[in-house]
Amino acid sequence: MSRFIRMPSALALALLLPPHAWAASDADLDEIRAQIRELKSSYEARIQALEQRLKDAEAKAATPIAVAPAPSSSPASSISAFNPAVSVVLQGRYANLSQDPASFAIHGFAPGGEVGPGRRGFSLGESELVLNANVDDRFAGNLIVSLSPENTVSVEEAYGIFIGAPFGLVPKFGRFFSGIGYLNEQHQHVWDFVDAPLAYQAFLGGQYANDGVQLKWVAPLDHFFELGAEAGSGDNFPGGPRNRNGIGSGAVYVHTGGDIGTSHSWRAGLSYLRTRDPERNEEAGRLSIADFVWKWAPSGNARQTSFKVQGEYFTNTVSYAAGQSGWYVQGVYQFMPAWRVGARYDRLSPGSGDFSSSFNPERRTAMIDWTPSEFSRVRLQFAQSKTLPDVTDNQWFVQYVLSLGAHGAHKY
Amino acid sequence: MRPIPILFAAFAVAWIAPAAAALNVFATVPEWGALAKELGGENVTVYTATNALQDPHHVEARPSLIARARGADLVVATGAELEVGWLPLVLQQAGNPKVQPGKPGNFEAAAFVPMLGKPTRLDRAEGDVHPAGDPHIQTDPRNIARVAAPLAARLAELDPANAAAYQARYKQFAERWNAALAKWERQAAPLRGAAVVVQHKAFTYLIAWLGMREVAALEPKPGLEPTASHLASVLETLQRQPAKMVLRAAYQGDRASQWVAERAKINAVALPFTVGGDEEAKDLFSLFDDTIQRLLKGVA
Repeated sequence: MSRFIRMPSALALALLLPPHAWAASDADLDEIRAQIRELKSSYEARIQALEQRLKDAEAKAATPIAVAPAPSSSPASSISAFNPAVSVVLQGRYANLSQDPASFAIHGFAPGGEVGPGRRGFSLGESELVLNANVDDRFAGNLIVSLSPENTVSVEEAYGIFIGAPFGLVPKFGRFFSGIGYLNEQHQHVWDFVDAPLAYQAFLGGQYANDGVQLKWVAPLDHFFELGAEAGSGDNFPGGPRNRNGIGSGAVYVHTGGDIGTSHSWRAGLSYLRTRDPERNEEAGRLSIADFVWKWAPSGNARQTSFKVQGEYFTNTVSYAAGQSGWYVQGVYQFMPAWRVGARYDRLSPGSGDFSSSFNPERRTAMIDWTPSEFSRVRLQFAQSKTLPDVTDNQWFVQYVLSLGAHGAHKY
Repeated sequence: MRPIPILFAAFAVAWIAPAAAALNVFATVPEWGALAKELGGENVTVYTATNALQDPHHVEARPSLIARARGADLVVATGAELEVGWLPLVLQQAGNPKVQPGKPGNFEAAAFVPMLGKPTRLDRAEGDVHPAGDPHIQTDPRNIARVAAPLAARLAELDPANAAAYQARYKQFAERWNAALAKWERQAAPLRGAAVVVQHKAFTYLIAWLGMREVAALEPKPGLEPTASHLASVLETLQRQPAKMVLRAAYQGDRASQWVAERAKINAVALPFTVGGDEEAKDLFSLFDDTIQRLLKGVA
């Protein structure tokens, strides 16, 4: 529609100009006029072509599937023109662990979900298939299917976004990674380290996804200020599968951030997640998270060098786990194009639930990675993990991440 | 009057006034920010998301960009996948239906320009290629003129109350621009036929406009860092096909172009590339004044 409105007004503008004003360059004016005319006609032609395609597609959808599809001049292009953007992430690694991963545990915590350093030796990581497109003028859809190395398929994310919402609201529904914390919403293939911080493993079972609804609101200010709320099934750890009506988990969070000069940017947030224990129908978790990230790049140009530091603090205040807390802080420095080094420190405190010892699980991690293009990355990582008293696991990883297909956009 | 109605009125004014004042324009790159200022004058408030020292391909969807996109009435982007790595995400998170793709509040400049440099082979093995063609359209001033007309029309469409003002400013701008264009083409006459090496394939339109010849690129594939072996092959090419200078944009590191310039004994020229790329390039006019002067120095 807008193009119909805009083209005549563009023409009108161009034609309104009195010729004498252009004394020096009538030829140029004619050229511009010709181009605008050309544009108009090409747009009309394109729109007609699109309308025709739509008609064709509708006609095709309406007719029942024939026994053998009759060959026609160009059916493939008209059908595939509406294909969603497709991309694939391939990952794999080699791990050398000094301890048996089967005996992995975190002292004072009993997390569910995907925790631990993973298997030893060569293994395939999660392969991801991503499909996304606008559904119509109101909705956009996104599907991320994860193919595990054990040959199982899981729906990692499958959500719709209502893009036509007024007042700065962004409603999302389906299965999605919760907006709590900083790292939680980011996909594993964009992480700066091979594995999740210990706090994410202990408190969220790696990463918290939920089936439900999310509503975000961006304040109408020049400064970024965002509020979010979620309600969901609460099937995943720290909750559990339930067979009840109503809401199994709820989350609220606030994010704010901005730039300092042209070289610095930051974001900070506070989140609160409440889950219920389905069997006893009582609170299973009352998790608070404080997160921050600060990024630096000279003049905002991250091509040559850049630095990023992020940290998050978790605490669980539900009665049985009172005092459980954990945090991590990590820094990643790109010292030349395509090369980055990073370090991370993790620490957990089992809190008052643990009377046996004063042991606090901790881990030190260092990594170097090579990113020859936006679509590939190879990483070497070493971690010294002490998650159980008197046990030290020295972990070496070599990992690759390849993205192919549509050019995705990455979250801040 | 009681204080409550006064307070209420004050809030109402504070709430409505900014909306009624100027049109909020969110420009992805400095050239469109500058153009929107030329065409909108005081009727627009322009926010430019990136500066000339940033690689426009590699911008992050920073919180500040989301906040600005939230309040924008018009997003002016280059399109042709230049902003594909961040703008879709910013728009999706901003909660602003006015500026979503396809809405009048979303303007893509590349739609109004004949695109050059369309890849013959669409494969990532060719580097970071753009299927629609080279998105760095602002390096040819004739493209600025091509974008100015529809952009002025769009401003008028979104802000009909000031439509006459946009038309008047456009007319004035187009006159000045055409005069300047004639001047630049006159000045740039010695550049015709000059052979150049580029660091990134970012000057396709500039080279086509001035009739220069691109002999080689320092990046082995678009978007990839120059490698030692590729630079050696560029030097070999230069022995067979001598060039006058190595061109790079202000946002690019100078190591590779200095290395080649020293060995091939030619000039390394940093061009402002967009408004703000150097001290001299303060607006669209001085951008091209400065670009031509630097190129003339390069061939001298």
